[in-house]
Amino acid sequence: MTDLLTNPTSAGVRTEGPGTGIVDCDVHNTVPSDAALRPYLSARWLEHMDHVGPRTYSPYEAGYVYPKVSPAGGSRTDAWPPGGGLPGSDLDFMREQLLDRYGIDRAILNCLYRAAEQRNEGYGAALARAVNDWQVEHWLERDARLRASITVTFEAPELAAEEIRRAAAVHSGFVQVLLFPRTLAPLGKRRYWPIYDAAQECGLPVGIHFASTTGAPITSAGWPSFYIEDHTAMSVAFQAQVTSLIMDGVFDRFPELKVVLIEGGFAWVPPLMWRLDALYHRLRVEVPDLQRLPSEYLRDRVRITTQPIEEPERPADLLALIEEIGQHILMFSTDYPHWDFDHPQRAFQTKLPAEMRARIMRGNALDYYALGA
Amino acid sequence: MSSGTPAAGFGSIDCDVHNAVDDIAELFPYLPQRWSDYCVEHGVTSLAPAFYPGRAALSATPESRSSGRAPGADPELVRAQVLERGVDVAILNCLYAVQPIHNEDWAVAMAAALNDWQAQRWLAADPRYRASIVVPSQNPQRAAQEIERLAGHGGFVQVLLLANSQVPLGNRAHWPIYEAAAAAGLPVGVHPGVAGGNPPLPVGWPSTYLEEYAGAALAMQSQLTSLVCEGVFSRFPALKVVLLESGVTWLPSLMWRLDKNWKGLRREIPWVADRPSVVIRRHVRLSTAPFDGPLATEQARDHLPRFLDQLGSVDMLLYSGDHPHWHHRDPEQSLLQFLSPAERRQVLRDNGLATYPTILQGAAV
Repeated sequence: MTDLLTNPTSAGVRTEGPGTGIVDCDVHNTVPSDAALRPYLSARWLEHMDHVGPRTYSPYEAGYVYPKVSPAGGSRTDAWPPGGGLPGSDLDFMREQLLDRYGIDRAILNCLYRAAEQRNEGYGAALARAVNDWQVEHWLERDARLRASITVTFEAPELAAEEIRRAAAVHSGFVQVLLFPRTLAPLGKRRYWPIYDAAQECGLPVGIHFASTTGAPITSAGWPSFYIEDHTAMSVAFQAQVTSLIMDGVFDRFPELKVVLIEGGFAWVPPLMWRLDALYHRLRVEVPDLQRLPSEYLRDRVRITTQPIEEPERPADLLALIEEIGQHILMFSTDYPHWDFDHPQRAFQTKLPAEMRARIMRGNALDYYALGA
Repeated sequence: MSSGTPAAGFGSIDCDVHNAVDDIAELFPYLPQRWSDYCVEHGVTSLAPAFYPGRAALSATPESRSSGRAPGADPELVRAQVLERGVDVAILNCLYAVQPIHNEDWAVAMAAALNDWQAQRWLAADPRYRASIVVPSQNPQRAAQEIERLAGHGGFVQVLLLANSQVPLGNRAHWPIYEAAAAAGLPVGVHPGVAGGNPPLPVGWPSTYLEEYAGAALAMQSQLTSLVCEGVFSRFPALKVVLLESGVTWLPSLMWRLDKNWKGLRREIPWVADRPSVVIRRHVRLSTAPFDGPLATEQARDHLPRFLDQLGSVDMLLYSGDHPHWHHRDPEQSLLQFLSPAERRQVLRDNGLATYPTILQGAAV
């Protein structure tokens, strides 16, 4: 085990070990089936599960309105555990295929179980709580390298805030609150503020992770036809969310709040920041309470994970892009076990300076998350 | 420069100027009685687009507000503030909002009236004006008929669609519009604006106009994705699309993302035989205002050469002044000053001539 495990707690005692020591900021653990959550549900919600079941925005009981490129939510074809079960559901196989193979010191689990989309908010909250308890028992308690995000019903922010406070008290392995970019309203709106209040109070960053399910179309022109469009447009949804968080004053109202954008790309950052700064100059009368330039909020308060890594036509442009954004912004992620997995050694198609690489593969995440304890 | 040699002194095409309807009654002479009566009887006093709030600074420069009429409503004032300042040909993109009308028959009548009003009130007023055909996109077949009706009129050099459409513009339902545009040899311009009732952002309705306007660049990215992925350019190989007033610097990042996804997912869209960036460079042009480049001069000097390399060439850029809209910096400051004289000439003039092949034919209106 690495130094991280023997030198836990505060940031001050952390040593930047000499090993590869990767921090992977986006790994997916999969709830094998609803049956796995039963031990964590009350009789009231077990009855709901048995006689009503999931009711989301999707027209389908199972699967996605944009079928992904491969089964099990777009999983790598080699990620099915040999012992059976879904990709991401078997810790031993995850150790073999990811954690041990690439020398990953810390992996942050983002469980994508669809609790937040439940239109019955009580059922959604019960499922979220069950998912979190399941994560403690089956993941956090079983491997000291693992950390997890708290699943919450973000469309019911009061219930989400309650779960954030509960889960954070239950286990120190929860290092983040998990939201999706496809919300019913922009995340800066006041209705979502109880989530930020709780996250800030618990010292947890809010992570927003790629997800293609919602009640509203992913473009301002309605629903596109293809998964490739849905996937491509996700970066647009991320841009809209970060714009809303800035303009609605979330960063001013919650001065300690941290935000992580997960799996939404990052090449869009400079153009968006230039646009927002220019518009702020012309339209600032509409947002008089902002204390700083829009781009400054992003640089100071937002971190972005790397997968799917940007692939400029000239690979060296990646380096220029990272320098333009700032090397402290990016945090490495693989997205295991999904199809567009980024290999820790091969994802960057240009050579990064050693210090930049160390910051992205490890240092930035160590600075941003409480990963030691 | 395929369509003839420009006249001596011919220097620049401004491909995004906005003419406005000051009073809906101006359109009544061009409307069937049934619809002018409808407007009066039902108290329809204006279709000015909420996408450009009249009071917001961005919607109009101070000097364009000087007449007391709607900014952009006076051909003489636009002549003084655009044409007399070094612009030799100005393409008018009228944003009077007939596209979000739910009543299709009314929309068809209003679009035709608006175009006839443009022809008489603007194109006839100065030989340097050109206009885009406003179409009732509610029904693409009838939109195509409107294109066909005006295709012979040399003053109309483009078909205008709005970015916040009811369904994505690549969707097959829109193809009659592209078929008619391609047949008429006209590019299709996509401009920020509302034609459908969708939330203006993929995350719903924002609190501020600033977010909504910033979102125009996002809408454009989704529309470009749709146009490429649906195969519009495979089906209409001669078609050109001009993305208007929505920033330019985002294009490399979108091309990278789309190329990467195409590598992994192209089996879903087998008709897209080339990398999306190749398709985009071949068929898509962008207007330069707002440019959305770095604000600091030093940063701009560092970024712009790299950006132009990533773009592929300056062939894709068309000069626009975006009168009367008021951006943070004028386009000369944000882009043109960093170009070589040859590149500047391309952006100001040659690219426009190549994109709008009929633009000089209309000169004798």
